[in-house]
Amino acid sequence: MAGTSVPGPDTVVSLSSAKAFLGSRPVLRGIDLSVHRGEVVALLGANGSGKSTAVRAMVGQVALASGSLELFGVPQRRFRDWARIGYVPQRTTAAGGVPATVREVVTAGRLARTRLGPVRRADRLAVDAALDMVGMHDRAKDSVDALSGGQHQRVLIARALAGSPELLIMDEPMAGVDLAGQEVLAGILREQVARETTVLLVLHELGPLEPLIDRAVVLRDGCVVHDGPPPEAVGQHALPGHDHVHPHADAAAETIRTGLLS
Amino acid sequence: MEILEYAFMQRALLAAVLVGITAPAIGIYLVQRRQAIMGDGIGHVAMTGVALGFLFSTSPVWMATVVAVIGAVGMELIRSRGRTSGDIALALLFYGGMAGGVMIINLAPNGSTGNLLTYLFGSITTVAPADITAICVLAAFVVATTVGLRRQLFAVCQDEEFARVSGLPVRLLNLLIAVTAAVTVTVAMRIVGLLLVSAMMVIPVAAAQRVSRGFAATLATAVAIGVSVSLTGTVTTFYVNAPSGAAIVLLSVAVFLAFTAAAVPLTRKRARRAAAAAERCTLEEEGGTPPQGDDVKV
Ligand SMILES: Nc1ncnc2c1ncn2[C@@H]1O[C@H](COP(=O)(O)OP(=O)(O)OP(=O)(O)O)[C@@H](O)[C@H]1O
Ligand SMILES: [Mg+2]
Repeated sequence: MAGTSVPGPDTVVSLSSAKAFLGSRPVLRGIDLSVHRGEVVALLGANGSGKSTAVRAMVGQVALASGSLELFGVPQRRFRDWARIGYVPQRTTAAGGVPATVREVVTAGRLARTRLGPVRRADRLAVDAALDMVGMHDRAKDSVDALSGGQHQRVLIARALAGSPELLIMDEPMAGVDLAGQEVLAGILREQVARETTVLLVLHELGPLEPLIDRAVVLRDGCVVHDGPPPEAVGQHALPGHDHVHPHADAAAETIRTGLLS
Repeated sequence: MEILEYAFMQRALLAAVLVGITAPAIGIYLVQRRQAIMGDGIGHVAMTGVALGFLFSTSPVWMATVVAVIGAVGMELIRSRGRTSGDIALALLFYGGMAGGVMIINLAPNGSTGNLLTYLFGSITTVAPADITAICVLAAFVVATTVGLRRQLFAVCQDEEFARVSGLPVRLLNLLIAVTAAVTVTVAMRIVGLLLVSAMMVIPVAAAQRVSRGFAATLATAVAIGVSVSLTGTVTTFYVNAPSGAAIVLLSVAVFLAFTAAAVPLTRKRARRAAAAAERCTLEEEGGTPPQGDDVKV
């Protein structure tokens, strides 16, 4: 799909002229961004360009000062069908004051479906499947505090997958994940794409996901500066704020550095 | 045991069991949210309620419940706004509640600050027959909330943003936590006392998490600790003339220290078991992905 951000009948997310402030600071300065059914869209941009804010606005966690937002064709204000969305927040280091097992955290991903009701067999099976997908089944009973950063990230991904969502929104799912982990994620995405799940990913580099990405949207200072096929060059050095080593030349070295100790 | 033959002791022990269950059961959510101080604040505010009970000659338990709930809801509203001035607002509420209690009790006919004392540190002889009904009803509410909604409350306390994106009624659940904490304070006030109730919400949970790895396990262990120390403490003060709250809290501190000491060999044992498991597979990447070229270098 070579489409750009033009809303249509198959639009899953549509932000138009969206403006948002954090404190008194304008962080989104009129963004148009649509994601269509079955698409895999990468949201790129330098640190502080507003990617997380755009994504958090989509899931209703940042109020828009102006502009409009529709989810599955319903204005966000009236949207209630949260089970259709799986959200992976940008990982925070702040852990809760009480330990929780991997399984307990992933089970929270079913809450959009169970709501205030009990956990049933189908829920347990979905949690098992999600843990399998990210390869964390053998750690299900361990405390999440005892995991590495990359493993923690996988748990958050499993939590989103456990709800079997139609739209997956992931904020930097690759942060701190080694090359093997990135391949695992690429495999998960391939599987999700085969099920016609729509995916919006915030990324810093495309890495092993590159062949899966249909479209890239690049933000700079709260504005969309590119919306179209992921241009090979834009993948890395054309982006502002990308001071990484070259991924193609040096992928292995890069992952060893970020992955091994995480 | 002959102590069970005294009617006041039967009531005290029943109340002690209920405190042992309810205080850690709600406390775990406060600890998870790093909001352990809240129980303390509600305890202070409830003093005004107790004093109002004296002033109007109504049941101090119900009056304290009403005032504590109002105070807790206020604290939750301050917390959810996330104002930087929140600290000051909370301090006003805490100390206003305490000073209000002392002021009002002295206005009550034949009331004096001394009347408040048994409510501050707990006393096994004060659990009146009328109180026990109130305590049972309130404890049933606390257990129903903290156990029945544990997955939802866990999600709200663990990752509030995710809970909201799951469509949970987060604001309502937060208010429910505040109200339940307030109700727990009045359940605990006779046996543990208003100034020590927060200890029973926090210390059993802190002790339990020394040895447990999951939330459900921590909850179960904390309740077991809570019931043990509050029963033991209540029985102790049958023989030793001291406020029951002091005995119970000292016992839970002792349990905390014992669990902390026990946790060291336990983690070592777990680590050894994990190391033994790791030895078996040498080259395989954890996560079960097929080995790749790069792994050899790693
Ligand atoms: N709570 C806040 N109050 C005020 N400004 C904020 C707040 N949080 C973030 N900002 C600002 O908003 C801008 C966008 O932040 P955002 O988190 O959306 O960036 P991002 O593109 O996700 O960056 P990163 O790649 O580091 O995750 C940044 O300039 C940041 O300084
Ligand atoms: Mg971000």
